[in-house]
Amino acid sequence: MQSPTQVITIGPSRGLASLNLRDVVAYRELLYFLVWRDVKVRYKQTAVGAAWAVLQPVTTMIVFSVFFGRLAKVPSDGVPYPVFAFAAMVPWQLFAFSLTESSNSLVSNQNLITKVYFPRLVIPMASVLAGLVDFGISFVVLLGLMVLFGITPTVSIVFLPVFVLLAVTTALAVGLWLSALNVKYRDVRYTIPFLIQLWMFATPVAYPSSIVPEAWRPLYGLNPMAGVVEAFRWALLGTAAAPGPMLAVSTAVVVVMLLGGLFYFRRMETTFADTV
Amino acid sequence: MSVPVIRAEGIGKRYQLGQQERYHTLRDSLSRAFTLPFRRGAAAARETSGEGRHGADGFWALRDISFDIHAGDVVGIIGRNGAGKSTLLKVLSRITEPTTGRAELRGRVGSLLEVGTGFHPELTGRENIFLNGAIIGMRRAEIMKTFDAIVEFAEVESFIDTPVKRFSSGMYLRLAFAVAAHLNPEILLVDEVLAVGDASFQKKCLGKMTEVASAGRTVIFVSHNLGVVANLCTRGLLLGGGTVIADCSAQEAINKYITLGSDDGGQTSWSEADAPCTENVRLRAVRVVSKGRVTGEVSIDEPFDVVVDFETLKPGLELSSCLHLTHPISGDILSTVNLPSASLGRDEWHGRPQPKGLFRSRCTFPANFLNEGRFGFNVVFISRAAYIEFWRHDVLHINTYDEGGMRKEWGQGWIGVVRPRMAWRTEFLGDGTAVPDVTAVSAIA
Repeated sequence: MQSPTQVITIGPSRGLASLNLRDVVAYRELLYFLVWRDVKVRYKQTAVGAAWAVLQPVTTMIVFSVFFGRLAKVPSDGVPYPVFAFAAMVPWQLFAFSLTESSNSLVSNQNLITKVYFPRLVIPMASVLAGLVDFGISFVVLLGLMVLFGITPTVSIVFLPVFVLLAVTTALAVGLWLSALNVKYRDVRYTIPFLIQLWMFATPVAYPSSIVPEAWRPLYGLNPMAGVVEAFRWALLGTAAAPGPMLAVSTAVVVVMLLGGLFYFRRMETTFADTV
Repeated sequence: MSVPVIRAEGIGKRYQLGQQERYHTLRDSLSRAFTLPFRRGAAAARETSGEGRHGADGFWALRDISFDIHAGDVVGIIGRNGAGKSTLLKVLSRITEPTTGRAELRGRVGSLLEVGTGFHPELTGRENIFLNGAIIGMRRAEIMKTFDAIVEFAEVESFIDTPVKRFSSGMYLRLAFAVAAHLNPEILLVDEVLAVGDASFQKKCLGKMTEVASAGRTVIFVSHNLGVVANLCTRGLLLGGGTVIADCSAQEAINKYITLGSDDGGQTSWSEADAPCTENVRLRAVRVVSKGRVTGEVSIDEPFDVVVDFETLKPGLELSSCLHLTHPISGDILSTVNLPSASLGRDEWHGRPQPKGLFRSRCTFPANFLNEGRFGFNVVFISRAAYIEFWRHDVLHINTYDEGGMRKEWGQGWIGVVRPRMAWRTEFLGDGTAVPDVTAVSAIA
């Protein structure tokens, strides 16, 4: 045992927890395996399998197209309403799914938490990342839909990964708070579906953000998903101008929420095994 | 002397009263705030053990634990239920944080608090090896390197691509242990993982543990099975009431543990809030009754009853009580279960769904059956003769003593864990010229 031995020090934590993200990097293989497990297991013993990833956003899009697009005549920035709604639905589903999964992740992995040590952050991170697979599938459907309606994506499509990252980070930021709270207060589990429903109506999924007065739009970016959804439409469908100011506000909000979430999570994680 | 591999200094762990409850809702927290004054009274009333572990500030599961462990030590941690063994292991493996004190561990730490942590029923054997390996801290390259050895050890070659939910429970445990056995850290923390599988597999596991121990790795091992500790460990750490009672050789620690004697007084009971339970059943009390009174000291010449009080929490369950009789050195002596084909006579609740409420099951152990010594009981409840619903180790201990009923002639040591009276018959076979067939002898009898 001549190799430099790592020294682990155990003791009560004091004051503000350090973020120590290096720990997470050391456990990246576990992160990979947990993502792989979640993806692998999700559609086991279902009849239609991964089609579930498509079914939900597509049916919602159809309902929206009929009620909002056709009957209520909601404007859609000059794009056929089905594509308009679906282009927002795809990132929204990514966010909603990742948020739900990560919020419940600590509780549903309590058998791991009480039996093995690893940086607990890996768990909500894995749940969020696992959502990307469903996103990939529905994104292909979105591209198909665009072809069907004869819409070619703009060159801005190269920015899309950035917006995906923003959606995922938003889900993680909120998920960190909720998953840590969920360990102690199971009320969180019942709050999430409700929260997501409200949040969707506060996000321009069924309607364009252009119905919000121009001056107020950056403020609208306080809802980070508003920025993400509008950026998606802009990059794919070329609607209006780039939602620059809105996106900047959104990014700032997400960074603040994420940092807060990370500190809160780190502070709470020392007692997860005792309270979960 | 070299730097110790593990150094613990004044480790303490406090749980808030009620922290181990299954979960909280906001409403609970609010109602707790209002009932706090009453709870303090209840906690003080519970403080009957004289150890003062309960207080207004919570419950100290560990208090001021200090020790040094050097490379190559194989340390057995022993002690009663609630002595703090598992909590100490959880602190050392960083699952939970100590409230006071500090510890330093030098080297890669692997902890096995159970086998098969994170196994997913839908995944195949192969997939679970990788998943479980990653969870207990193996690198992917390591798993690939040892994959064949794991499969071979577990004896599941032909099922390796079958989802583990289709595995028999034996196969499942073998696979789970096999992954764990191939974890190769410098410091290994193990909790009772040997208590799995059939006898031959346990033997194999024990062999693996001996191999690990003799390879110069540092092992900390928590067990109720003192025989294993005696065989495996070079050092013993005896815990009691959350503190270190003895830190010495394994054999000395075991001797001390045994002579601690029974302080249970023949009964263990719990209040509704503290009682060990599952969602279906709650164990309320276990008592030993001999000569018409509850006692922890039983004469081997007298029969005794083990009385189990339990509460069904839902109507319609079919629970059967089961008792394991254990010996600190020899391990499991017997298990008996209240099922029609496995018990004497008939119990009116055999095969009948039970209403919600309190039940008392009574099992009679015959006279002239146990040898003198110290025995423990595990209580298990089985549901619908198919599932283990509840399992609690070492709920109660008794000492048996010899009143001399079988010692009219022989006065020296009596080997063995049980001491039943057996039938003996001797025949004179003459001068040995015409020896009758041995089966003929028994036919005459």
